[in-house]
Amino acid sequence: MKLFLKFDFNTLSKKVLESKLDEQNLEYKILGFGEIELIKKLTPEDYDALQSSLHDYGIEIVESQKSILVQKIKDMIINMVFNENIDLKVKSSVYLSKNIGHSYGYLSNLFSEMTYSSIGNFIIIQKIEYVKHLILNTELNLTEIAFKLNYSSVAHLSTQFKNATGITPSAFQRIIFKRRKLAKQKTK
Amino acid sequence: MQKDYIYIILADDDEDDILFFTDAFDELKINTKVNSFKDGEELMNYLNKDNALMPNVLFLDLNMPKKTGIECLAEIKASQKMSDIAIAIYSTSASDDDIEKTFVLGANIYIKKPSDFKKLKKVLSEVVAINWQYHTNALNKDNFLLRL
Repeated sequence: MKLFLKFDFNTLSKKVLESKLDEQNLEYKILGFGEIELIKKLTPEDYDALQSSLHDYGIEIVESQKSILVQKIKDMIINMVFNENIDLKVKSSVYLSKNIGHSYGYLSNLFSEMTYSSIGNFIIIQKIEYVKHLILNTELNLTEIAFKLNYSSVAHLSTQFKNATGITPSAFQRIIFKRRKLAKQKTK
Repeated sequence: MQKDYIYIILADDDEDDILFFTDAFDELKINTKVNSFKDGEELMNYLNKDNALMPNVLFLDLNMPKKTGIECLAEIKASQKMSDIAIAIYSTSASDDDIEKTFVLGANIYIKKPSDFKKLKKVLSEVVAINWQYHTNALNKDNFLLRL
């Protein structure tokens, strides 16, 4: 017996995509025109797994130059902030453009377009993240932390911290330590 | 799992505040879905339901009948399935000590209710933007504290 089929390729590809992404427990948004936005960055293993599972269905991942570049910028900033060996006295704009090989203006526009945030903002977020880590996990005092992250003074660090979070570094430390104490009491 | 909006819940006993709040989100360019509950008991009944969708950000008023914001906060922090929710205390005013107390009990964000609609929109969009940065950059949620 013969059956005649009609294919709706849009629905077909969307369903396949959704099922493959769900299989790997990824959070995503399908933007249409062959573009997916993944909420979190993929590990190399996840990327390879996804690439091969999509390949079975004839779907190939096209390396987007732009997102590769944005990820490079992010990685470089994180490296710059968290790596002790890098001289933070070099301006970040110079550091980024020199190491990535594009003008800072280009990188900055690209970053804002792709992330809805700015390079400057991202740098501050990472720096504050590192400050929080140092406050909670080392014996360094604020002066030492300010020096380590190349702030011009403790006041400068405190100001930036307070601008970003609304509380002072010492209030932050006090709160987290009280939380830990509370958690310890609960498990007794 | 697919979601193309940010899911917000507000628990507040004041109807006008709820309206103010949902109107502000309507006017923001961010894609959000807002749900509200008028007391702590209704809120916890919803969150405890088996298939309930957890919000990305929960705004909790402190002074609510039946179950206060603090009581809800304690229950939420004790629950595994609610551990991904960013909790914002949304209150009329409080002393620095009270604010610190809510942080110590596990709140991530403290917001003093703005009386001005423009200010409210600004505050809400900041909260959502920062929460988004945390989410997409895998920053340490345990250290996420914000006071606005």
